[in-house]
Amino acid sequence: MSAPSIDAPRSFSGRSMNRRNGQRSNFELYSWLFMRISGIVLVFLVLGHLFIMNILDGGVQRINFAFVAGRWASPFWQVWDLTMLWLAMLHGTNGMRTIINDYAERDQTRFWLKMILYVSAGFIILLGTLVVFTFDPNIG
Amino acid sequence: MAAVVEEVVVTEVDAPVASDVTFRIRRFIPEFDEEPHWEDYTIALYPTDRVLTALDKIKGELDGTLSFRRSCGHGICGSDAMRINGRNRLACKTLVKDLDIKKPITVEAIKGLPLEKDMIVDMEPFFAAYRQVLPFLIPEGHDPTRERLQSAEDRARFDDTTKCILCAACTTSCPVYWTDGQYFGPAAIVAAHRFIFDSRDSGFEQRLEVLNDKEGVWRCRTTFNCTDACPRGIEVTKAIQEVKRALIFRRV
Ligand code: SF4
Ligand code: FES
Repeated sequence: MSAPSIDAPRSFSGRSMNRRNGQRSNFELYSWLFMRISGIVLVFLVLGHLFIMNILDGGVQRINFAFVAGRWASPFWQVWDLTMLWLAMLHGTNGMRTIINDYAERDQTRFWLKMILYVSAGFIILLGTLVVFTFDPNIG
Repeated sequence: MAAVVEEVVVTEVDAPVASDVTFRIRRFIPEFDEEPHWEDYTIALYPTDRVLTALDKIKGELDGTLSFRRSCGHGICGSDAMRINGRNRLACKTLVKDLDIKKPITVEAIKGLPLEKDMIVDMEPFFAAYRQVLPFLIPEGHDPTRERLQSAEDRARFDDTTKCILCAACTTSCPVYWTDGQYFGPAAIVAAHRFIFDSRDSGFEQRLEVLNDKEGVWRCRTTFNCTDACPRGIEVTKAIQEVKRALIFRRV
């Protein structure tokens, strides 16, 4: 009878072997950092936006087509709104992606939920960007 | 001169009284039970008794089929982590007087690891994650002829995480670990922290590569369940945050 073979201690398990040969990526690191930074920026952008829209002279009462047209005539507000749109959408999408990763158990469910998420996020971002850039004040 | 005779006052100390305590234990015996179910046991206990004593008594006097792991009975071996009144605790470090005995005390196995019997779970996934972070010293250069010296300040940096007894209370209290067993879990990160911040170790790159993984530290949501659960009082969440910072700045 031969002696039982004993695995070498401290060997890498199969999974970490794969990891070492395979794809190394900093994606999760950057996505984590992005969440913190976009969160801070969004606090200012969104609160500023709410303040201007709802409180500053007259609040919502003064908002009409002309008001929006006047604002978007200036590149400053275009950039503000565009940044807000992109950051909010990416921040929200990434948050939802995290939640799906956490709670959807089957790979199929995960995949399809994420597909719906990405398609709808992409759609809203594109539509919003299009409006900000191609807005025509003479349309009315 | 008259001697002053001091009067010795003897206060009667009440002898501790035992009272009936009900334990609601989540039982599962794979040979008989399809699903785990709750069962009540009532025994007399002193306020200074531990939950572990209660389990021993129940096993000895009421129901010999009750199974749980225990060894040292003094919070050192880490074998008796369980969910007591919904919180992960060591049965040997939880006193009856700290629990509300007006209601039944619930005891169940830790969550997130495969249940084998009663309080016994399969710890293998937990230890697999532990092994992956290379929890041993990886030195650099020639072996010194004497000890590897270290200053007191350098030692203090990872002092907290040396206290881990691998009881799995933290990992199995983590909601991210419950929902998908892929996450390394707090205990593995604590073990990594122990060596990453050790000035004598140079396995930084290798370990960070492991922890930077999709299932690594970035899955942590700073829930603080782990810090709350740790029977050794390790600031687990803080250790995880320190590892995150080291990863972002690529420097210890
Ligand atoms: S960090 Fe604390 S709770 Fe987690 S395994 Fe170690 S001793 Fe147990
Ligand atoms: S029996 Fe050893 S830690 Fe509780």
